[in-house]
Amino acid sequence: MSTLEIRDLQVSVGGTQILNGITLTINSGEVHAVMGPNGAGKSTLSAAIMGKPGYEVVGGSVKLDGQDVLAMPTWQRAVAGLHLVMQYPTEVPGVKLSEVLSEALVARHATLPNLNKTINEEAARISFDSELVNRAVNVDFSGGEKKRNETLQLAVLKPKIAILDELDSGLDIDALRDCAKRVEDATNETGMGALVITHYSRLFEELKPDFVHILAKGRIVKSGGPELADELERDGYAAYATTAQ
Amino acid sequence: MTTALALPSTEEEIWRYSRINELDLSKFASGKLTTTVEGGEGVQLTGATATALVGAGMHVQPDVFAQLNTDTPDVIALQIGKNKVHSQTVVITHSVDKSGVVAYPRLVIYAAENSEIVVVERFTSADNVHSLVVPVVEVHAAQSARVTYLAINELGKNTWQIGHQVAVGERDSNVRLFTVALGGDYARMRAEVRLVGQGASAQQTALYFADGTQMHDFRTLQSHEAPRTHSDLLFKGAVKDTSKSVYTGLIKITENGTKTEAFQTNRTLTLSRGAWAESVPNLEIETNDVKCSHASTVGPIDDDQRFYLESRGVPPEIAERLVVFGFFDEVIDRLPQSEFLAGIRDKVIAKLGGTK
Repeated sequence: MSTLEIRDLQVSVGGTQILNGITLTINSGEVHAVMGPNGAGKSTLSAAIMGKPGYEVVGGSVKLDGQDVLAMPTWQRAVAGLHLVMQYPTEVPGVKLSEVLSEALVARHATLPNLNKTINEEAARISFDSELVNRAVNVDFSGGEKKRNETLQLAVLKPKIAILDELDSGLDIDALRDCAKRVEDATNETGMGALVITHYSRLFEELKPDFVHILAKGRIVKSGGPELADELERDGYAAYATTAQ
Repeated sequence: MTTALALPSTEEEIWRYSRINELDLSKFASGKLTTTVEGGEGVQLTGATATALVGAGMHVQPDVFAQLNTDTPDVIALQIGKNKVHSQTVVITHSVDKSGVVAYPRLVIYAAENSEIVVVERFTSADNVHSLVVPVVEVHAAQSARVTYLAINELGKNTWQIGHQVAVGERDSNVRLFTVALGGDYARMRAEVRLVGQGASAQQTALYFADGTQMHDFRTLQSHEAPRTHSDLLFKGAVKDTSKSVYTGLIKITENGTKTEAFQTNRTLTLSRGAWAESVPNLEIETNDVKCSHASTVGPIDDDQRFYLESRGVPPEIAERLVVFGFFDEVIDRLPQSEFLAGIRDKVIAKLGGTK
């Protein structure tokens, strides 16, 4: 059982405060959706949790099973059990996915006896062309291939808590189903907790949220169950964009 | 004696950015390298026939150092006959064994019509050797000949190199010139290819990595003097600590060079704040109907790439290594397969690890 505990998190980017105090607790097996309009601070939340340069935490805390996440460099946050699925996965010329996963496992002192076999099995599970594993990461990948690649890494590295930043953006319906289902399966099979950041609720057909939080202007303005996503789908964000100030 | 010669200075454009002003030739006495040649059976010439081949690929002396080499060369000459394929790679290894020496190794490769040869030339010295190597390699590729040449600079950190690679390609020939530069204190290489026959092609490729206070200095020329000639240049390097690199390249297409394709790319990673790199591409085109491009970048490792790998749990020093090797990947891919590639990889890793 793991817990990611975000307390009153305040984050600035380039001197402008974007997050004004976020409090969220995510336990193993739980799926928390954070939804909000453009510019609400959704991506800032994921970047700050993972320690992306340029995102300055000016207040609050983030703890994973009691460990101070904010005191760790990025790579240690990942080794401790956090995993970020990026909205726009970075192209890394000349570096193969198999090399990245191999080094990531070495850092975890977890060598897989047959990494290639695991990769191939996981690739098949989400219809990812396993040929791409031996190509440079994300270079010349389509939008769907990039997100399948991100999902594949999550499946192999088995994080305690995953942060998914707009997994659904740029995805066709087939890729969306494959990726969302694999994340849902991980919450059931390995008890992974998930913080799912998204603008739209179409992701939830396969990946069922237990909790939905509405983020507007750097604050969580409302929390509820899955019915809140239905409400947003119906009414949009207009109400929150105006009341959040 | 060499003392009477007027040396160039950084006032001259071709020596701009160089460390030529630090050179005092009178400190060096002419001397020999220790040289071995493997795989040369059947193609290596000796005695007067070897000396007679000097000038086969270099008709004019580009500067005083090439002239000095031409005046007193230590010649290795390789000649491959018409329609012959020399299946064994010729490996030449030079070692600079003592300080205070200036040496003038000269390699001449003459490939007759429709022949093929691969040559590797390595330059080595210990770190405590304060000497100067002035190597010249001339390549003459006759019609449809295929020549591959790889120079590996593994000189010690107090040895200087001021070198030339000059190649001439006749009709439908292919010349590939590779340079791997890891060593030397100040190591300069002028690499020039003249495509003089219709349909001739050339690839020039370099991997360089300077650390400590090293400086790697490259001047390249892709000269297209006949129609439908093709050249492709890719130079990629890294500078670390307070080291420096300079790349200055010229694509020149004469009025005869119609339907020519010429490409030039130079990219340098600056791995430390104190490291410095300059990249100066130039074009000189005297005809229409050509396809030509050049690209150059100098900069640090991309922050997003670093963050991407670190966010997977890859520690920073490994992430840097992966990104740097990824950066060099397309160059390493082009290098001819040789037993020395593994050693080159290890040296790059050692340089990244900070073991200066």
